[in-house]
Amino acid sequence: MERIEEEIVVSSPHGLHARPAALLVQIASKFDSKIMLEKDGEAVDGKSIIAILSLGVNKGMSLKLIVEGVDAQEAFSELKEFLGRSSE
Amino acid sequence: MNRLKGIAASGGVNIGKALLLGKEELSAPKIKISHEDISREIYRLEEALIETRKEISTLQKKILHDLGFDHAKVFEAHLLVLEDRVLIEDIIQQIKNKKVNVEYAFSQSIKKYIDTLLKLQDEYLRERVIDIEDVSRRVMRKFLKKEGTNLQELNEKVIIVAHDLAPSQTASLPKENILGFVTDVGGRTSHTTIIARSLGIPAVVGLESATRNIKTGDKLIIDGSEGVVFVNPPEKLIKEYHKKLSKITKDIKTIHISKVKAATKDKREVVVSANVELPEELSLAHEYGAEGVGLYRTEYIFLGRSDLPSEDEQYKAYSNVAKKMKPYSVIIRTIDIGGDKFLSQPQVPIEMSPFLGWRAIRFCLARPDVFKAQLRAILRASAEGNVKVMFPMISGVEELREAKKMLEECKKELKHEGVVFDEKISVGTMIEIPSAALTADALAKESDFFSIGTNDLIQYSLAVDRANEKVAYLYEPGHPAVLRLIKNVVEVAHQNNIWVGMCGEMAGEPLFAFLTLGFQLDEFSMPPPRVPRIKELIKNVNFQDAKTIAEHAIKLSTAKEVEKYLQDELKKILQDNFDKILLV
Repeated sequence: MERIEEEIVVSSPHGLHARPAALLVQIASKFDSKIMLEKDGEAVDGKSIIAILSLGVNKGMSLKLIVEGVDAQEAFSELKEFLGRSSE
Repeated sequence: MNRLKGIAASGGVNIGKALLLGKEELSAPKIKISHEDISREIYRLEEALIETRKEISTLQKKILHDLGFDHAKVFEAHLLVLEDRVLIEDIIQQIKNKKVNVEYAFSQSIKKYIDTLLKLQDEYLRERVIDIEDVSRRVMRKFLKKEGTNLQELNEKVIIVAHDLAPSQTASLPKENILGFVTDVGGRTSHTTIIARSLGIPAVVGLESATRNIKTGDKLIIDGSEGVVFVNPPEKLIKEYHKKLSKITKDIKTIHISKVKAATKDKREVVVSANVELPEELSLAHEYGAEGVGLYRTEYIFLGRSDLPSEDEQYKAYSNVAKKMKPYSVIIRTIDIGGDKFLSQPQVPIEMSPFLGWRAIRFCLARPDVFKAQLRAILRASAEGNVKVMFPMISGVEELREAKKMLEECKKELKHEGVVFDEKISVGTMIEIPSAALTADALAKESDFFSIGTNDLIQYSLAVDRANEKVAYLYEPGHPAVLRLIKNVVEVAHQNNIWVGMCGEMAGEPLFAFLTLGFQLDEFSMPPPRVPRIKELIKNVNFQDAKTIAEHAIKLSTAKEVEKYLQDELKKILQDNFDKILLV
């Protein structure tokens, strides 16, 4: 099983608020891998919208994206693309 | 009678009975369960989540049909809450470990998350809390097998009163039976406001204590243009408003919406354009036959958020307006709010007189980072349509020069970066401070156009705070001092070969539109629903008559005399059309 982690600067204009958070959960849920987002030492489930919202991520903040599982590679690249994208 | 004052969120008036949408409790009593009951409670959880999901899907379809894709999108987050693994796991753990009933476990978990969100001090997320609360109430009702107030079956016309309205609630309201919205919280860009405007019904928001002062069944008058709600008003006032109401309804039916250019009988052409704030209003501007946007307010992009909008985000908003309005022009006004409105400005002291304080161009010149990002976005959008830029609250030529200097710097940067924009973009000065009106000759030499902001011009000229009820009677658009300033601005502009428009409320008031037509004003910009009326007025009068009448009006000594004179003269000219065109 593969594990990938990397610090990412969030570039979506609204950070990870309702809409972007919802989209992130939709993407994350497509994969079998375990997906975690870590900010200031607190790690939450990337497939839970409530958990993501409670991180309070704004644009420009950096996050650690941790992906672990059989489809980690694929999940990681898609999530990274989404988080680092310049806009919705 | 109780008179409540709030924020005028969506214009129009209505009279009707109140329907209070109460805030149901989200808490539940704690009941100990036995080990054998655990699986039953978990089953109840699953059942409630599935049923709520069905309910929301139905709503989502309905809102998609009624209001469109953008509004339906908000439900995605709702649905995700229902299948949230962390939340569900948390509830199940509580049921198993603490041996409590599902209602209690659910309410505790939700409460925990809502509290976390509220602690984030983020305006945007705060607004999302109401979505989560809304989903939670729905789930809670399923546990208790209770039906919520079924608004779909509402069979009389009502004014909805609530603490706040969630998108999912407004979606389930039968539009044809809603006379207006009254809420405790909210602002000019909140969900309730946007929905009310897109439905074309009045709304007053930010009343703070509406839900405490109004009961279901109370008779209400809602005046969305003034931002006032009357609770159980006397017959006399009801009659007055009935008159207003029947006039408005009659007018809407009789005034023909004209899509051709406005011209007087003797062929003087003028531009009638729209004041626009929210993107939703653009289609209204088209619908009502506005020839472009005479005032595009950009404040909404900056408010209600914790960070500054990026240049790209602004560019998207501005170019969208420019594209949608093509080939008509769009006058983009740079931000016109106080420095204190920026959440990223933590240490701005509270000002004693904010109207005379650090706002609009004064704030922008002090914060080149904010100002230049906006100017660059406007310049980039100028490649996508007919865009003009306008600076608010200019008090003298030095401020205009400084603002233009920054614009030039932005142009240089963009050129250097190889970005396309309209190099000859028109630069306008908003005339809303008496000192600007009196030095219009100097400003005209360095501006491509003027736009007179009458609301502030009147307040500053007459030293009247319109929001102060004790002195509001002194706010008189027809005051000779105001008229002389306006006349001077138009004359000086024309002497310097620039055109001049008006984007304050006066432009949309038939009496004053007629008067300023006589002053030779070139452009009239107003809220979209006003456009047909002013176009109709212009079509029915002669420019030469307006000129003669304006020359006489300016010699009168009081606002009352001016208004009376204008009314009498217009009555003679319009005859049977007078009542139709003028809102009395």
